[in-house]
Order: sequence, then structure tokens, then C-alpha cells
Amino acid sequence: MVITTTNPDAEEQLHSTFASRYARAPIPKFKMPEKSIPSEAAYQIINDELALDGTPKLNLASFVTTWMEPECDKLIMASINKNYVDMDEYPVTTELQNRCVNMIAHLFNAPVGATETAVGVATVGSSEAMMLAGLAFKRKWQAKRKLEGKPYDRPNIVTGANVQVCWEKFARYFEVELKEVKLSEGYYVMDPLKAVEMVDENTICVAAILGSTLTGEFENVKLLNELLTKKNKDTGWDTPIHVDAASGGFIAPFLYPDLEWDFRLPLVKSINVSGHKYGLVYPGVGWVVWRSKEDLPDELIFHINYLGSDQPTFTLNFSKGSSQIIGQYYQLIRLGFEGYKNIMENCMENARVLKQGIEKMGRFKIVSKDVGVPLVAFSLKDSSKYTVFQISENLRRYGWIVPAYTMAPDAQHIAVLRVVVREEFSRSLAERLVADLERVVRKIDTLPSTESTKDGHITAIVDETRDSDGVAKRIKKSETEIEEETVTCWRRLVEGKRTGVC
Amino acid sequence: MVLSKTSSESDVSVHSTFASRYVRTSLPRFKMPENSIPKEAAYQIINDELMLDGNPRLNLASFVTTWMEPECDKLIMSSINKNYVDMDEYPVTTELQNRCVNMIAHLFNAPLGESEAAVGVGTVGSSEAIMLAGLAFKRQWQNRRKAEGKPWDKPNIVTGANVQVCWEKFARYFEVELKEVKLREDYFVMDPVKAVEMVDENTICVAAILGSTLNGEFEDVKLLNDLLIEKNKETGWDTPIHVDAASGGFIAPFLHPELEWDFRLPLVKSINVSGHKYGLVYAGIGWVIWRSKEDLPEELIFHINYLGADQPTFTLNFSKGSSQVIAQYYQLIRLGFEGYRNIMENCRENMLVLKEGLEKTGRFNIVSKDDGVPLVAFSLKDNRRHDEFEVSDMLRRFGWIVPAYTMPPDAQTVTVLRVVIREDFSRTLAERLVCDIEKVLHDLDTLPAKISSNLAINGEEADKNVAVVIKKSALETQREITTVWRKFVLERKKMNGVC
Repeated sequence: MVITTTNPDAEEQLHSTFASRYARAPIPKFKMPEKSIPSEAAYQIINDELALDGTPKLNLASFVTTWMEPECDKLIMASINKNYVDMDEYPVTTELQNRCVNMIAHLFNAPVGATETAVGVATVGSSEAMMLAGLAFKRKWQAKRKLEGKPYDRPNIVTGANVQVCWEKFARYFEVELKEVKLSEGYYVMDPLKAVEMVDENTICVAAILGSTLTGEFENVKLLNELLTKKNKDTGWDTPIHVDAASGGFIAPFLYPDLEWDFRLPLVKSINVSGHKYGLVYPGVGWVVWRSKEDLPDELIFHINYLGSDQPTFTLNFSKGSSQIIGQYYQLIRLGFEGYKNIMENCMENARVLKQGIEKMGRFKIVSKDVGVPLVAFSLKDSSKYTVFQISENLRRYGWIVPAYTMAPDAQHIAVLRVVVREEFSRSLAERLVADLERVVRKIDTLPSTESTKDGHITAIVDETRDSDGVAKRIKKSETEIEEETVTCWRRLVEGKRTGVC
Repeated sequence: MVLSKTSSESDVSVHSTFASRYVRTSLPRFKMPENSIPKEAAYQIINDELMLDGNPRLNLASFVTTWMEPECDKLIMSSINKNYVDMDEYPVTTELQNRCVNMIAHLFNAPLGESEAAVGVGTVGSSEAIMLAGLAFKRQWQNRRKAEGKPWDKPNIVTGANVQVCWEKFARYFEVELKEVKLREDYFVMDPVKAVEMVDENTICVAAILGSTLNGEFEDVKLLNDLLIEKNKETGWDTPIHVDAASGGFIAPFLHPELEWDFRLPLVKSINVSGHKYGLVYAGIGWVIWRSKEDLPEELIFHINYLGADQPTFTLNFSKGSSQVIAQYYQLIRLGFEGYRNIMENCRENMLVLKEGLEKTGRFNIVSKDDGVPLVAFSLKDNRRHDEFEVSDMLRRFGWIVPAYTMPPDAQTVTVLRVVIREDFSRTLAERLVCDIEKVLHDLDTLPAKISSNLAINGEEADKNVAVVIKKSALETQREITTVWRKFVLERKKMNGVC
């Protein structure tokens, strides 16, 4: 007589993942599960849930790279288990970082000799890069004030209101006051004149943006440099400039080499750029470069010995992956100057195609300039029937993620849609987007507008709000209307201020 | 008549990488090259140069994970192009982070309801986590002092001298004074009694370490808590505790669940842990958890709207990859509690095997404890002829990276070698390591000692196999001191370089 004992676990191994009990159990959300599950089941469960995330390549909100060559993917995967900070154990990886810093410093015309090492470091992104640059400026200014015997407890930084959220973080976390130059309708970047006016003895630096998040525009750093040089001569304050070239740093040198925005201007002491934007690397790498050793106070640097030689480090993060740094080096040598130039030219060309297609529809006003980051920001000529926010929502149905934002003060009544043209946004995608945009606009046209139905509530007679053609008549808004609008505007301002997109 | 045209260079794309001209030119180091090169050449050149890096898995200096399952590698690769901060576009990825925070908070016994969301965030590592926690303490303390009308310009933090370099960074960058409790020759972690003595009205918090970098020991957080409660009652200062559980946070709950070190102690307000150490994820992820909403000042949080719902964020980094967050979630649900416990028990078992093997050689003192992070820190019983740094150097020849360090003050006369036992350090590797260490000792024994070889100048020939102990001249002594000092300085720096 054979007594068979069933081993439930052995049977489980036979089941394909979706036949197993793992597909039936609720997925843990609050507490670690008690038991282990097979790796295939874990993989499948997570992979399937992630299918509900947006598609990175159709995310037209982001400047951040979403595609790299398969050869680079191989390098990335091979180095995913290398902890970058172990300089002693991974000297070649450290050397690759140094080479990238040198190349980027030269790209920005840093005054370094042909074989002199530049001063700079790789970071996790432009946020860390800006915090390091800001910290250097703060420390230098404090040291200067202490020497002069003046108070040093109220540092401030002058930037435009179009500034990205990480400057606000820097200001709040490192206790520096943020003095913002307000925007105005039609002028969506920092006005150098107003900026220089706001500079006082407590200003640690003026931050200019090359490639504003909102419209892609390049700020006029040269003019800022000239005006500030003059003011410095009058006051003797010696206020420096930092250029936030997060997006523009890998565009201007290739498309506009004559544009003077970098270390060619004497007051520019540090520049940050995102390797993961037009540096064409996956998210997780940024660069900050200083003009010279003097611009980086030694007390902020921690010294680590690297096989006997001195390796100075100055980063907020410590352990991190090496993959993105290797990816950046790959791109720099794989593409070279001509490769980057070709890609940026393609991006500009596709941006032009997109812009023309949008203009042809006749409904939109183009807010972005031709010179700048390859993107198209556009607003509705007439927002009475529907807003850009609704267009954005409707485009999602076709798979496109095109964000809608309100501008920063004092231009917060302007709302725009913005499409960022990245490396892999080909012409066919541009044409497809235009076609889908037309569809969306046509569809929304046929829907009754939300405002006119609101008006209907007030008058209680819906027909009175429309004439025979079904066109909504402009009706004087009630107080509730105005209140609602203000709240919506305010909420959008807050949302827009999230400028959650780098 | 056929005119054949000989092209001196056939189509370049035909050449295999090593036949092409790309391997003849030196790799650019200072300026971007003018021209592009084929992707295969770029890949090959970089890949080959990287071969000269150390082998991550033989790197016994690091606590950071160097191996994950292939299924997880797949998930990592497919999410490598997702920018984590785009919460609006990648809501599921954001949700996974929140689940990890909840799970880790529960693991640390945070006082939460069944389905209450915990307060915490994923970071790039424990450095960022510690900076965020420190920032929260600093702001809370400043607000309290302002309300009391007292000066708030000289905050300080009390820790042990065994503290990891990121606390020093925090102190320097955020302008907080670091008050370090010195170690002793027989006591390599922070003494709670001394720590509490050092607390004054400007102390924003006391930081205890669960899993000291130097010898893996867990500090006595419970004793610290009890002593600090007493002092707080007397002074009314309300000084809190932060636990740096970078290594220990994913060990203690599984191996020593009765050890009270976490939110079970009332003064513990925040804890950080490295996901990329015993959280078993590749480098690039850490976690910081706060006890409750009250412990994280609202003014530090930036609010982002996530499809209508409010998503508070408080990190130093903005754009970053999503891969490690997803990998952490994978590990938490794939392994579960029993999986982590099994792995930690295996690590501990292999650690004991290594420890016994080293003890059996009779040449080493074991400096690490059995309880704590699974690592073995050991020093030579007699290091006059050859010291631990030489052992470390010679082990590299076999491929092992075993670091040697001097302890921080006031125990700087003690030098140790340290082997960290990670998940992928199997028993076979442990036995092999012992074997190789024995070989190294044997080799060193045959070499003349460093100091005594200097005596050859005097014409005296030291017997090769026996170290001749000769009274050292003043010059010798001077040289020795300089060497020791230089090593101490070097190793102090080197020690800072390893997490």
C-alpha cells in the first residue's frame, strides 16, 4: 500500500505564475509579508503593476533622457553593482568621472590648461549640483564678511521667479533668502536689469538659467555679467554669477557656440548641467564645474586617499551607483562633438516642424522662442470655452503626456502646454502629435463648454446662455464664479509651481 | 578593360573592433573628441578599461550589495529610464515607494495604525537620509528656541567618534557643531553615559549607530534612551535620539527581534537605514523614517500635486532613477520576513566560520563581537614585523580586497582588518579566504621586517628567518613615529571612504 503524501510546495513549482496562488493573494502594502515567494512570481506581479505607469518615451513633459543605445545598456547593467564611492576599489570608474569633468569644463571654456584637471564633480542630478554650488558661494561670502567684520547671518540669492524648485529647496534647507525677480506677461525669464537692482551686500550670487523650465529660453547672461561688473565696481561687493545650465549646458555649445554664457564671462564662477537631460544619459547624473580652485573653499572638501594620491570629494550623496557616470563617458566619446551637434540640430528641426504644425491650426499662440531648448510651449488664443488643462487631459487618451502649467508670478494668468523635444522624438512622432492635437481640439469644440453650463445654473434657463448657433454668450460672472475661478487659478498656480518636471 | 580601384581603407564598418583604427588612438581624457566613433568601439574600449577595476563581489570592504537575482535585474533594466520624480507620470512607482516606507516603518515598530501611512521617504543613500533627519531636528530645535526666546545660532549634535563621514559632512554643510564622544582602546562605540554628559541646551539630537562601521557593533540605544529620559526630566530640554541604522536596520529585526533599539524607545524620533546594504539592493537607495508627522516640520516639506492628491516630498535630490526603489520593493515581497531572516542567519553562520578559521591560525585577535553586523574585524597579535596594512596589500594578489584601518581617537594604536559578510559570501569563499590569509602570513614570515631591514645599513646582516630585535636609535624611533602617524592619517581618510 502506498501512502502518498502530497507536498504542497513541490506542486507549487509546477504551476505557471498565473496559475499559482500568488496571483490570488493580495499584494502587501503596509507590512512585510511573512513568507517568501518565488522570484518569478515576484517579478511578474511587480512588472504587471508597473504596466500601469506612463510610457517613458511618450512623456513629453520631461527633459530627462529615456533612451540609450543597447551597447550602453550593456555597460550600465555590468556596472550596476559598483558602488561609485569606493574609489580605492574602482579606480577606473573614478578616472572616468574625472575625464567627464574635464571634458565638460572644456566644453564650457573653463580657464584650464590643456592637460590641467578641472574642478568639478559628478552628482545625482542638478539639484545636488546646485546645492553644492550654492554652498560654495555661501561659504565664500561668509568668509569675506567675517574678514570685513560685517554681519554674515542673512545671506540671499537673486534669481528669476521662473526658477526651478530645487533653488527654493536650497534656499529653505541652507537658510538663504531667495529674492525672486518677478516675470511679466511676454517676458518669462529673469530681467538682468531688475536682477542687478535687487543685488545687495548680502547677496551671495546671482543665478541665471540657461534653458528656463517654463519656455526653454536662454537668459541673457552676457548682459547680466556686464551690468553686474559695473555694479561691483561701484559697490565693491564682488557679487558672482552662477549659471544653472541644467538643460542648456549641452545645447548651447553645439548649436550656439558664439553665445557667450559660460566661463568666457569673468563673473561666472560655477555652472551646473544635467547629464540626464541633453547630456543624453538615463536619470541619475548631473555635473557641477567651478571656474578654478579658488572658487571652491577648501574647508568644504573632504579628502580621501586613492591609492596614495589625494582624491578630494565634495558631494551630498555618498554611496551611489556608477552606471550613469559610465553612461555619460560613453556618450561623450561615442558621439563626440559632431554627434551631439547632429542630435541637437535634429531636435531643433523637429521642434520647428511641431511648432509650424501647431501654428497652422490657428488656435494657439507660440510662447517659446526659436533660440533655446528644443521645446514648444504654446497657449490657447481663446481660453473661454476650454483651457489648456483640458487639452492636456484629452491628449492622455492618445497616450501622450503633455503637461499644462501656469506661469510664475506675475504672469500667472498665462497657462501653457509644453512639449519637450528629446533625442528620440522623431519627425513622424511630431507629425502624429499634431494630428492628435487637431483631433482633440475638434472634439472639445463640439462639447458644451463647462463655463456656459455654470452660467446656466445662475440664470436657471440654459437656452438663454446660447444663441442659435450654440455659441456661448459671455455672461457677467457671479461672485461664486469669480471665487471658483480664483481658487482654480490659485490651485493651478500651486500645481504649476510644482514645476515637478526638471 | 576593368579598372579596379584599390581603396587603401575598406569600409571602416567592416572592421572588427580590434582591427579598426579606434583601438590605436588614445582615449580622450580632457576634451570631447571632435568626431563620433561606432558604438561597438565605444562599448569595447570602455568595457576593457573597466576590467581593471576591482571585482565587486570580492570587495570585502563594502557593506553594499553586489548581487541580485536575474528577475530583479530585469525589473531594474526596464525601469532605468523612469525618472522617479515624475510622480504624475509614474504613479505606480511612487506607490511602490510608499509601500516600502510603510513596510520599513512597521519593521521598526513605528507607532502606526493598521492602514495608516507612515512618514518617511526613499533617498539615494544613508547620507541623504541622515541629512534630512538632521535638518528636521535642527529646524525643530530652532523653532523651540525661538518660541522660548533663547539664542538658536549654535546647534550641536552628539555622536561617537566612530561615526561615519556623512555625519561630519552634515555638520559642516549645515553649520551644526559635532561633539564626538571619544572611544577607548577596549570600547569602540559611543559610551551612552559619556554621551548624555555631553548633551547641553544646544544639542539638537544624540545620534546612536546600530552597526558601527569599524567593528559592526550595535550601540546600546536602550541605555542611551533611559539615561537621556532622566536628563531631560531634570533639564526640561527634551533632547531626542536619532538611530543611524544604516547597516543594522535590516539585521536587528531578523536576528535580534527582542533587542529594543527602534521606535519602541520613546525618545527615538527618526531612523535611517541603507536599502543598499542589508536591504539587499544595488547601490543607490536609502530610507529615512520618522516616528510621526509631528517629528517632521511642515515648513521643510514641498507639496506636489499628484493627479489631484497631495504628495509631500522632502528630499535633497530631485531627478533620479527609479530602479532601486522598485528593486527594494521586489526584495521585500520576494523574500518576506522569513527570507531576510534566512539570509541574515546564513551571513552570521558564515561569519562564525571565518572567525573560527582566523582564530585557529593563532595569529589574530578578534575585535568584532558575535552580535552585530555580520563582519569579522581582526588585528595581528604581533604586528611589529609586519602590520595589518601589509596583510591587506598581499591579499590583493589573490583578488581579495580586505581593508585595514586604524581606529579613531582615542584608540588609534589599534589597527584592524575587516571582512564584511554579505549575502553572496558563501561558506566556500569563507574557507578559501582563510586559506589565502594563511598563505599570506606564511609569505610575510619569510620576508624581512620593514624596520629591521633598515639596520642593514650598519653592516649587520639580519638573519633572514628571525627578526633581530635591536635597540632602536633615536632616528629609527622618529621614523617609526612618522610612519605610524602617516598611516593613521591615511587610514583615517581611507576609513572615511568606505561606507
